[in-house]
Amino acid sequence: MPKTNTVHSLTLYRKMYMTRKAEERIQIEDKKNEMKTPMHMSMGEEAISAGVCAALNKRAQIFSTYRTHAVYLSATEDLKGFFAELYGKATGPGGGKGGSMHLANPKRGVIFSSAVVATNIAPALGAAFANRRLGNDKVATTFFGDGAVDEGVFWESINLACLWKLPVLFVYEDNNLAIHTPASIRHSYKNIVEIVKKFGCPAVKYDGTDVEKIYQLTESALKQLKSGPFFMSLKYYRYLEHVGIGEDFNAGYRSKEEFLKWQKIDPLDTQRARLVKLGLENTVLALEKKVLKDINNAVDLAKSAPFPEPRDLYRGVYE
Amino acid sequence: MNKNIRKISYQQAISEALSQEMERDPRVFTYGLDVADHKSIFGSTAGLVKKFGPKRCFSTPLSEEALMGFGIGAALNGLRPVNIHIRVEFLLLAMNQLANIASSLRYGSKGELSVPIVIRVIIGRGWGQGYQHSKSLQSFFAHIPGLKVIMPTTPYDMKGLLVSAIRDNDPVICLEHRWLYWIEDHVPEELYTVPIGQSHIIRKGSDVTVVATSWMNVEAHDAANILAKRGVNIEIIDPRTISPLDDRTIIDSVNKTGHCIVADYDWLNCGFGSEVSARVSEKCFRKLKSPVTRIGFAPTPCPTTRPLENLFYPNAVSIVRAVEKKMSLKEADLRKESFHTWENKFRGPF
Repeated sequence: MPKTNTVHSLTLYRKMYMTRKAEERIQIEDKKNEMKTPMHMSMGEEAISAGVCAALNKRAQIFSTYRTHAVYLSATEDLKGFFAELYGKATGPGGGKGGSMHLANPKRGVIFSSAVVATNIAPALGAAFANRRLGNDKVATTFFGDGAVDEGVFWESINLACLWKLPVLFVYEDNNLAIHTPASIRHSYKNIVEIVKKFGCPAVKYDGTDVEKIYQLTESALKQLKSGPFFMSLKYYRYLEHVGIGEDFNAGYRSKEEFLKWQKIDPLDTQRARLVKLGLENTVLALEKKVLKDINNAVDLAKSAPFPEPRDLYRGVYE
Repeated sequence: MNKNIRKISYQQAISEALSQEMERDPRVFTYGLDVADHKSIFGSTAGLVKKFGPKRCFSTPLSEEALMGFGIGAALNGLRPVNIHIRVEFLLLAMNQLANIASSLRYGSKGELSVPIVIRVIIGRGWGQGYQHSKSLQSFFAHIPGLKVIMPTTPYDMKGLLVSAIRDNDPVICLEHRWLYWIEDHVPEELYTVPIGQSHIIRKGSDVTVVATSWMNVEAHDAANILAKRGVNIEIIDPRTISPLDDRTIIDSVNKTGHCIVADYDWLNCGFGSEVSARVSEKCFRKLKSPVTRIGFAPTPCPTTRPLENLFYPNAVSIVRAVEKKMSLKEADLRKESFHTWENKFRGPF
């Protein structure tokens, strides 16, 4: 494998490893009850965020959901800002006003994150419209789940994007669940890809966890964006409960067996095994050590950082 | 024509402000359902497609929520969208984007993001419009921090406030009463601004302060003329901006007159009238000679049939009666008075 590809594969792994380990740290810290923000954990979806964000790279203009951790870290690799925001500190990218659900850093490609499902889809259309008019190379990208397509605004948006041929990347993260309700009792249809194609939107479907594959799919999607939107349907399994840091296989709405099946193709394990096979084990170990050190450092910094001042409550409502 | 005495209508003031701002700033564009058709939103977007082309003035699908989100995204990326709704009821479909996104992005991003979008909305009475083409809802929008709400009454204020709104870096909702579209006034041809957040005394008086919004200023003006004949002088204040409200002008006036009536073009419950009433009570308590009086819509949906519609909306008579009560005057016989009405002008279709 050429060296550049090796670097690239390591980057993809680093983004996923950073996300997974940052979330494991959140799980450890949770009992101290210092991060007071609803955590919608990303475990299981790391390959999607890492693959798409790596392909977008500096062109990213992401409109994210409330399940922000993987997207935020994949796009920015900003552990310090990440933990500062979760701890509600003035040093966070939102000054603590956003927390886990609204993690964003516009300068580094994450424009905003919305907790009201599907609300982040339509603004990506306007962003794409402006990008085209301004003639820049930014890529308006919206991440959303299979719950978001239950909302009318998704269908309004796919129609509009196709009608006006807006260069928007739609990233459909399908975990089959809206909170605890499966798609089978929410969707009258089986295959959304076929439906969006009928609107005139080119689309691709991939039901796997291989980050390299997702990266390649995104790269080829980006090549097609000039002539209009592109829709990527990517399946994953949500490892943890809808909101919170724990498992909930005892709740009765899904089985642990299903999880174990997906765990066999865990995105991190898949990529790590590939890197080891390439003889990069020592590089991987060094990378992992570095990320863990960065996480420790970011958590320490966040804990010791100041909270916003009382007067900050009133700042930023208007210009 | 000497521009100092040039008179144009409210509707022309809107299209002129849009046209001149689009000329000045290539980032400005106008869009919404039927914005670019032959009726051009009661004439208020007339000439824009011809002058600026379909890329800067275009009609859209209905899709109100997606199109509000679209405008927000375009604004985030540096454009200056003007989104138009032919009735305020349709804007309700876009409330999610307004209340959850547009209002909050600056706040949640440590001031890094701004959403410079203008939402032009037609409100109020037409011609038997019924309960879905008749609302006003300013307090609805003004309740949400992060949104600005303006309600220009005169063509002069319309042009100046719309220009300010387009140049403002926050989301601004501009509520335009349908009946005001025919009002004519002196409007300078050149560009000028009227600042957002500045109330205006439109008639000086010493006996009672009347705070009137939008069309209610026309009614207050009629009421003032009737009362003046009896030696009662009311001071009329048009807040022009509902949020952020310049209450200083109102408070100074009430401290002078000791009486306050809020004639709001909306429902009373939890409304703008209640807000003004509360602020006046807090800040003028010792100077008040009577409790603040609120005038507004009947607490019902708006009925279509004319006799009931007439009762639903407040008017000059409501103001005259409220003033008489405050001043302990006998009810005047108003049968021979003439009032502003578009009864014969407004023949629909809507």
